[in-house]
Amino acid sequence: MKVLAGVRHPFERSTLLRSGSLVLLSAVILLVVSGQLGDYNRLQLATGAYYFAALAGLTVLIGSSGQISLGQGGLMAVGAYTVCLLIGDNDWAVLPALVAAVVISCAVAAPLGAAASRLRGPYLAGATLAIAVGLPALADRFPNTLGGSNGLVINPPTPPAWLGANFSLEHWEAWIACAGALVVVFVLYNLTHSGVGRSLRACRDDEIAASLCGLRIGRLHTLTFVISGGCAGLGGALLALALQLAQPDAFPLQLSLTLLTGVVLGGLGSLTGALWGAALLVLLPGWTNDIASSLSLSQNVGDNLPFAIYGVVLIAAMLVWPSGIQGGLMALRRLVSTQRRGAG
Amino acid sequence: MTKFIDYTLNGISSGAVYAAVALALVLIWRATRIVNFAQGAMLMITTYIAAAVITSTGSYVLGFVVALAAGFLLGAVVERLLMRRVEQGPPLNAVIVSLGLYTFLVALAGMIWGNTPRPFPPAFSLRGYDLGGTRYLFAPNDTYIVLAVVFIAVALAALFRYTPLGLQMRAAAFKPEVAQLLGVRVGRMFTLGWGLAALTGAIAGVLVAPSVFVAPNNFDPILISGFVAAVLGGLDSPSGAVAGAMILGLALSYVAGYEGDALVPMAALVILIVVLMVRPTGLFPAAKERRV
Repeated sequence: MKVLAGVRHPFERSTLLRSGSLVLLSAVILLVVSGQLGDYNRLQLATGAYYFAALAGLTVLIGSSGQISLGQGGLMAVGAYTVCLLIGDNDWAVLPALVAAVVISCAVAAPLGAAASRLRGPYLAGATLAIAVGLPALADRFPNTLGGSNGLVINPPTPPAWLGANFSLEHWEAWIACAGALVVVFVLYNLTHSGVGRSLRACRDDEIAASLCGLRIGRLHTLTFVISGGCAGLGGALLALALQLAQPDAFPLQLSLTLLTGVVLGGLGSLTGALWGAALLVLLPGWTNDIASSLSLSQNVGDNLPFAIYGVVLIAAMLVWPSGIQGGLMALRRLVSTQRRGAG
Repeated sequence: MTKFIDYTLNGISSGAVYAAVALALVLIWRATRIVNFAQGAMLMITTYIAAAVITSTGSYVLGFVVALAAGFLLGAVVERLLMRRVEQGPPLNAVIVSLGLYTFLVALAGMIWGNTPRPFPPAFSLRGYDLGGTRYLFAPNDTYIVLAVVFIAVALAALFRYTPLGLQMRAAAFKPEVAQLLGVRVGRMFTLGWGLAALTGAIAGVLVAPSVFVAPNNFDPILISGFVAAVLGGLDSPSGAVAGAMILGLALSYVAGYEGDALVPMAALVILIVVLMVRPTGLFPAAKERRV
C-alpha cells in the first residue's frame, strides 16, 4: 500500500463514487459490445443479465449473511408474473412494470425473510425449498388470473422510435436486461461496502459477538433476504420480458438449484463471481447441446445434460474446490504475487 | 360429511407415505447430522427401477423387492463415496452436496426415462370400500399402504431396540469416538444407516407412485412433506416423525380437498414455519434443546 492511512484518495474513500464509475464503465462496455453482437448473442446477453441479477442477490445473501436460500427461483416467478399481469392485462409501460415487480417481490420476500431469519442450516434450506416448489405451483390454484399451467403471454417490448427502424427487438431486450443488472450491481456494491455490509459479515462470522455489539441480527437477516428477493424479482421480470412469457414450468426447483450452482461455482459472496456464474449458466446449455448433437445423443440426454453437469459441479465444488472460480483466481493471484516477491 | 370422512381417510393414507419419507430423513439425521435433500430423487430412481422390473416381468412383488434392494445399495454408496467427506465439515457443504446429488439424479432420470410421466400399477384395487351404500375414498390399496408403513416402522424400531446391530448403530450415532474405542465400526454403521434410510424411502416411493405417476420431478412435494413431518416430530425422534407425518397428512389432505392440490407445498411451508416459531424443538422433542 503506497497510500498512507488518513490521506486516502477520494476515489478510495467514496463507495458511491467507485460504484458509480464501475456501473458507468460497464454501461459503456455493454453498449459497445451489444452493438457488435448478432441477435442470437444479444439474446444470450439478456439471458446472462437476468441470471446475473438473481445470482448477485443470492450470492450476497449466502456470502455476506451466511443464509442459504433455495427459494430464489420462486421469487423470480413472483417478478415474472407481476410483469406479465401489469404489461399484458393492464398495458403498463416497461419501466414502471419492472419497478412494480421489484416492489411486489420484496413484499413477498419480507414475511418469508422474517420467518427465515429465525432458521439456520438445514431448517432454512428445507423451508426455502418449500418456497421454490410452492410459489410457482400457486399459478395452478388461480387459473383465471395466473393462467394455470399455460402461464401468461405478453407482447414483446417495442424499441422506441428514435433508435431507428433497424434497431432489433433483441438489441432492445439486451439493453433493458443489462440496465437492470447494472442497477443490481450499484445497489449490492453499495450494500456490501457499507456499514450494513460490515454488520452482516459480523453476524455471519460470530452471531453472539455481533449481538453483544448491539446488532439486531434478525432484522439484518430479514433485510438481506428482502434485498436478495428484490434482485430475484427483477431477474424474473427481465426473464419474462425476454421470453414474453411467465409459466410455472419456467421456474422448476431445478432453476433454484441452477442458481445455487452458479453462486457456488462463482464463489460465495463475490459480485464478480456472480458474473462468472451467469456466464456459465448461459453458455453451458449451448455447449452441451452441441456436444449432444455432435455425438448424436437423444433429445432427452441433450436436454438434461446441463443439469447433470450442474449436479456434478455442485458436488465436486464442495469436495474439491469450495471457494469457486473467483476464489480460485484470487488464490492464483496470491500465489503469483508471493512468488514474484520471493524472486525479487 | 362424507367429504370430510373421505379427506380424513385420504389423510391417513398419505400420512403413512410421509411417515416413511420422514423416517428416512430422521434415520440419516440421527446418524450423521445431515438432512438428505437428495432423498426425494433417490426414491424417484428406485421407483423407476421398480416400474421397469414390473413392466418386464409382470410381478409387483419382484419390482418391490428390487426397489428396496436398489434403495439400500444407493444409500450405502452415496454415504461411502460422497457424504463421508462432508460429514465433518460445515453443515452448508453437506446441504449443497445433497442438493447437487438431487440435481444429478433428476437429470439422470430425465436422460434415461424422459420427462413424460408414466403410470405405476397399484398393488391392490384403487376402488374405494362400500359401506352401507356409500363408497368411501379409501381403497384396499390404501390399507396396504398403511400396513406396509406400520410394518417397516415396527421393524426399524425392533432393529434399533432389540438387536446387537441396532445397539451398535445407536452407539455410533450417539458418541462416535467412544463407540469406536469400544470396537464399533463407526463408518460401517453410518453406511448401514444410510442404506436403511434409503430403503425406507424406496418403500415410500413405490407406495405413492400409483397416485402421483412416475416422473423426475413428481416426488418433490413428498420430500417437502416428509421434511416438514420430520421437523414436526423434532427431527431426532422416529416415533415423533411418524406422529408428525400423521398430523401433517391429515392437515394437507384437508387443504388439498377443500382448496386444491396446488396449495399443498405452501400449506406445508406455513405449518413448518408456525411450528418452528412456536415450538422450535418440534411437537415431540427427543432432545432437550436445539438450535433451528
